[in-house]
Amino acid sequence: MSERILSVLVEDKPGVLARVASTISRRGFNINSLAVGPTNIEGRSKMTIVTELESVEQVKKQLNKLINVIKIVELDPDNTIESEVLLLKVSINKDTQTSVIEKASLSGAKSVDVGQDYAVFEMTGSSKDLDKLENLLKPFGIIEMIRGGRIAIQTKL
Amino acid sequence: MSKEKLSGAELVVRSLEYMNISTIFGLPGGAILPAYDPLYDSPIRHILARHEQGSGHMAEGYAQATGELGVVIATSGPGATNLITPLTNALMDSTPLLAITGQVASEAIGNDAFQEAYTVGLTMAATKHNYLITTAEEIPQVLLEAKHIATTGRPGPVLVDIPKDILNQKVEWIEPKLTEMPGYKPTLEPNPKMISQAAELIKQSKKPILYVGGGIIHSKANQELFELATKFKIPVVTTLMGRGAFPDGNELCFEMPGMHGNYTATTSIQKSDLLIAIGVRFDDRVTANPKFFAQNAKVIHADIDPAEIGKIREPEVPIVGDAKSVITGLIEKLADTDLNTSDWLDELNQMKKEYPLSYDQEEKGPLKVPFVLEELQKLADDDAIVVSGVGQHQMWISQHWNFTSPNTWLNSGGLGTMGYSLPAAIGAKAAYPDRQILALDGDGCFQMTCQELITASTENIPIKIVVFNNGNHGMVRQWQKIFYKNRFSASELTHHTPDYVALAESMGATGLRMIEKSDVKKVFEKMLEIDDKPVLVECIVDPEDMVFPMVPAGGSNDVVILNEDDLKKL
Ligand SMILES: Cc1ncc(C[n+]2csc(CCOP(=O)(O)OP(=O)(O)O)c2C)c(N)n1
Ligand SMILES: [Mg+2]
Repeated sequence: MSERILSVLVEDKPGVLARVASTISRRGFNINSLAVGPTNIEGRSKMTIVTELESVEQVKKQLNKLINVIKIVELDPDNTIESEVLLLKVSINKDTQTSVIEKASLSGAKSVDVGQDYAVFEMTGSSKDLDKLENLLKPFGIIEMIRGGRIAIQTKL
Repeated sequence: MSKEKLSGAELVVRSLEYMNISTIFGLPGGAILPAYDPLYDSPIRHILARHEQGSGHMAEGYAQATGELGVVIATSGPGATNLITPLTNALMDSTPLLAITGQVASEAIGNDAFQEAYTVGLTMAATKHNYLITTAEEIPQVLLEAKHIATTGRPGPVLVDIPKDILNQKVEWIEPKLTEMPGYKPTLEPNPKMISQAAELIKQSKKPILYVGGGIIHSKANQELFELATKFKIPVVTTLMGRGAFPDGNELCFEMPGMHGNYTATTSIQKSDLLIAIGVRFDDRVTANPKFFAQNAKVIHADIDPAEIGKIREPEVPIVGDAKSVITGLIEKLADTDLNTSDWLDELNQMKKEYPLSYDQEEKGPLKVPFVLEELQKLADDDAIVVSGVGQHQMWISQHWNFTSPNTWLNSGGLGTMGYSLPAAIGAKAAYPDRQILALDGDGCFQMTCQELITASTENIPIKIVVFNNGNHGMVRQWQKIFYKNRFSASELTHHTPDYVALAESMGATGLRMIEKSDVKKVFEKMLEIDDKPVLVECIVDPEDMVFPMVPAGGSNDVVILNEDDLKKL
């Protein structure tokens, strides 16, 4: 099943996230990712929802019924740029330090804090690239990892 | 000169007056008390329910009888949680409702203050929309918006939660104005292309059927529907929520399809080559297993709520729009098409003759609900409003009562809420004091909200209540007979407790009782005569009677169980 990405423009009002989440859970929709943040328009936020549902039409329609949801666009995967942020804390020691940092930076991650026995990396990229980084560093012992949820934008006007 | 300042509470009452609300239903308590003070001087009639669930159903009954907004007001915490059932009921049946609830003071919110409940969170999935007020200035604007949302598009309940400190805040009245809501623009006018496509399908159809429901009633489109059906000779079936949208007794009316629908209505859909579905949602009580539903038919589905279209069945022609505009569009497009449905109508009429609804009332035997209903209808006014509970009696009423106009049949269709009938009847009577309002209830249902009989007496709302006393949760018993080998686990009430007549009298109503066939006419005549207070008739009926036809949940509408013998088919 291929993924579908919904870009949902909402009013920036208290409880909007709860309403969207409640609708998704009440209707039994499974989603892979949901990210929310401000936009360039005053009073408007954007949610990016990624789902593999065949019934994405139903998701759109049910969310559209929410009074605070203004517009929902399904992004065309061929003309979409996707990005996600990741913070990852991994164990290191004298023997592994160099190779961990090298591997991570070759993958596109930036080391933001390196201690004696740990290193923190930050990376933005497609969720697949983030997955790769995670797999690459797993053998060294990931202490903690946080991902920000996927956001996406259409490339053409 | 500075303008006069009003408290938030005064703004609430003034806003209701501004919106021409004449009657509200409620029950006071700490957090909402400030609003009850200005209400004391207001021309708005406040009807004091005995339980908030009752007040909510009263507001629903008022709204369903009139097609206008029903208003209910309650306190925070338990007052608000008691409203959740009527709110959900109104959401399921698309009833326009405004609920105003008090909330603990703004600064106490989140601290588990006395009688605090997270009302906005709790009712998020029980309302079309809800609000938490944060300043008194916004009260008139939010209430107007709430009314707009509740009454337009697909109607539904809207709740406005107001903290107590805000009810006491003094601010100026700012005249509310409906401004554009960027996220709320219901589509009323259908796309003409879709109307053309629908008309094309209709022209090609040999066995069309109009499958219509509550949407016709909300849209006040019954006259247009009548024209469409009669001009082109298209048979009509009306869902539980759509009873009365097209007149029973008309030669094109085949009444209710579905789980307890009549054989012809259910089967007409199975044999049809085109469903013209308007203001319906392919509910499972109509479709049974949707895989087997109308397998030979193409589908035109028109609804004001786009989310209903394609939810259960993907239509060939989807139409988003208000039923009235959709039907008007179809009539224009079909112009003077001659559909020639006479073979199809013959087939349906033949079926109707072969498989009529029936019941067997023995001269000396126990009373049967269908018989009692038919006797009552002979005596009742034509414009009487019938308000039902949930269970066997509800299905019998829908089957056997002749509904000839919209808004004369009130019931809890989507949620199936026991306890709805009596309070909803009070709401309807508050709206139409001069009409007969008949609460036709089951004994189980009646016991859920019977304290509202006190409301009816003390508020001088002379409704008529018939309690069909079969001593059982009859519908549950029926399922236990069919699916659980007669193991009647927790479905027995008793015929004798309470003493309904004494109970009615103790609550300020007149109590009557009928037991035998020979009682029916004279007791009903007496009931209809009394007009200065509520009357309750206890009607003792056969506990063993079962509702047929029946299509078991999840079954196929091709297999209709017609009677007890037929149960062997299962
Ligand atoms: C609030 C609520 N609780 C439980 C049910 C399940 N239920 C459906 S019908 C029914 C029995 C109704 O009994 P009664 O009012 O006596 O009607 P009858 O079927 O006997 O006509 C029950 C318990 C329900 N619909 N609503
Ligand atoms: Mg009963």
